Amino acid sequence: MNDLPIFQSPICPLPLAHHAQVTIGHGSGGQLTHQLISDVFQKHFNHPALTQGNDGALIDLASQTAQQKLVVSTDAHIVTPLFFAGGDIGRLAVCGTVNDVAMMGADPKYLTVSFVIEEGFPIDQLEQIALSMSSACAEAGISIVAADTKVTEKGKADGLFISTTGFGLLPAGRLIAGDQARPGDAVIVTGSLGNHTIAIAEARGNLGFQSGVESDTAPLNHLTSALLAEIDDVHVLRDPTRGGLATTLVEITRQSGVTIELDEASIPIDQPVWAACSMLGLDPLYLANEGKAIVILPEAKASKAIEVLKTNPYGRNAAVIGRVVNVEKARLLLKTPFGTTRVLDMLAGEMLPRIC
Amino acid sequence: MTEYQSMPTRDSQRTLQLADEIRRVATRCWNIMEICGGQTHAIMQYGLDQLLPPEINLIHGPGCPVCVTSLEAIETALQIAQQPGVIFTSFGDMLRVPGTSQDLFGARASGADVRVVYSPFEAVKIAQSNPDKQVVFFAIGFETTVPSIAASLIHAQRNQIQNFSILPANVLVPPAIRAILSSPNNQVNAFLAAGHVCAVMGYTEYEPLAEEFSCPIVVTGFKPDELLTGILMTIHQLETGTARVENAYGRVVTKGGNLTAQTMIRTVFKPVDRQWRGIGTIPLSGLGLRSAFSAFDAVRRFQVDASPVAESSVCIAGQVLTGVAKPPDCPAFGKACTPTSPLGAPMVSSEGACAAYYRYQKAN
Repeated sequence: MNDLPIFQSPICPLPLAHHAQVTIGHGSGGQLTHQLISDVFQKHFNHPALTQGNDGALIDLASQTAQQKLVVSTDAHIVTPLFFAGGDIGRLAVCGTVNDVAMMGADPKYLTVSFVIEEGFPIDQLEQIALSMSSACAEAGISIVAADTKVTEKGKADGLFISTTGFGLLPAGRLIAGDQARPGDAVIVTGSLGNHTIAIAEARGNLGFQSGVESDTAPLNHLTSALLAEIDDVHVLRDPTRGGLATTLVEITRQSGVTIELDEASIPIDQPVWAACSMLGLDPLYLANEGKAIVILPEAKASKAIEVLKTNPYGRNAAVIGRVVNVEKARLLLKTPFGTTRVLDMLAGEMLPRIC
Repeated sequence: MTEYQSMPTRDSQRTLQLADEIRRVATRCWNIMEICGGQTHAIMQYGLDQLLPPEINLIHGPGCPVCVTSLEAIETALQIAQQPGVIFTSFGDMLRVPGTSQDLFGARASGADVRVVYSPFEAVKIAQSNPDKQVVFFAIGFETTVPSIAASLIHAQRNQIQNFSILPANVLVPPAIRAILSSPNNQVNAFLAAGHVCAVMGYTEYEPLAEEFSCPIVVTGFKPDELLTGILMTIHQLETGTARVENAYGRVVTKGGNLTAQTMIRTVFKPVDRQWRGIGTIPLSGLGLRSAFSAFDAVRRFQVDASPVAESSVCIAGQVLTGVAKPPDCPAFGKACTPTSPLGAPMVSSEGACAAYYRYQKAN
């Protein structure tokens, strides 16, 4: 009688329960996805509308919308590297959208977030970013009410992309927009310019020296709401992000059909930023900011506005930098310390360092 | 950090005093050429031309390294960049300069690995961390960029970094001054020599030029007061009929220059004839690799050959670069030719005369 051959039972390898990296399975919609959401995201984002786990957030606006309008803004955030002095992609993704809503004169309330994660992304970094988003939300006083994660195959995304959409409430009768600048208005900037771009350049290793400059990434909604509580005829609020102060003001001159004249000597720029710009051949007026606002309001209100802005830590370097002069031509002028004047225009493309 | 400080006022009082002095001493019309694109940029940025009396006419010279790099060199760069396994590196400005059909940014969008670097050593580092790739550095610029390129090649040779090479396209200032002064159309009465170039090379090589062409040459810096000091010194010479080399940038430049840098340059490079975009070939105005370093020549390594290509017929870049015409004299200026769609190289780089004019056009 032949002995039955002894079969070794097939081995079914147990899936690893803990991953140090995001794998493609984290995007499957199955257990790994749920694990990622509960371990990384729900741990830090815990608004009931989100933790209920439905397909959408249900928000009762009835109590708060009497006579108010809804402001919605959306933004995708891509930054290399993901972590830099003064912030990270998470803080940037929250503040960028909060600020866009705040620049409409609205009070940001809710945020939705969408993550596109590249396979292999370290989970601990993801959690660090989620934590950073959570603390930026707490600082801004807003809640993440809906979120989504997708995982791409390795090589199809640069680590992590974050899209956010913000919702805010605008009191009835308040009109703040790029086409509202009027002759006789003062132009204010809430702080020194260019820090974000220089911090990113340093984090990329492009400076070749240590500038000590930190990104200014910050939520500005408390700053703007304090300002709007004191001054009811602010005409324009705008955050000079990509393209910097000059590009943003050129946009406003075109929207409002006015000439704006800036006084170069009064534009606040930190010395290390100025030094880095001089060495690299960059113009600080065209560098991105992530925690600054341009405020345009009647000149008579300018000193009160500066006083209010300076009480907020993000506005302590606020300064009047120019004025809206006339409606003849939509253009931006810069008066140099020598009394000469030049026209500032938008950049043709990416700002590139000069060679010598 | 982030203690509030305003932008430096750049010695505005001294600058205004110098402008007064220039108005006082200038009795005749003089054409002064600033040779360096960085100086053109500063003049336009601070509106210094607005401070000068109408007699003083500043002419913007061919000192923008991006502008004078020949179309052939750019075509060669594009051909090399598009080869498989190549990482092509360049200073940023160069990426937007149009070749015949596209620029290096376009090549990058089509899949070529083109990277902006801030120094040639960064390119060497990329070569070391990508041993399976060929890393090519686009060697453009005047005498200012040459020492670091030479040093990177000496380093690469010493450390046997086989996958690094350069596309030689460096140019020299004195032969360009000679070409301008020798031209029958020349209108330039005096030159501001480029301070940073002289910091490397010193200024003895300008003395024969000043003497031969009876042309004052003043080594000049880049800050507003330094530029006006240089202009004032040339006017003094012009008004008194003298023609010699003077140094208005003594805080940085010595007569002999940086001898260590010069030795490095001589070790690696030798003068060769070079084509300047919009101007033509200027004898011994470029730097080619000596035979000991010819293994690092990307043109040899990749066996590329860009045939001569014609420039736009409307663009008057050559006349702008030699000071015969000003950018607004060009029929295409600000119309068919803008920084977003440049016809000629001077509209590309922020150092280019056309781009500087376009960007910092006078308020009226």
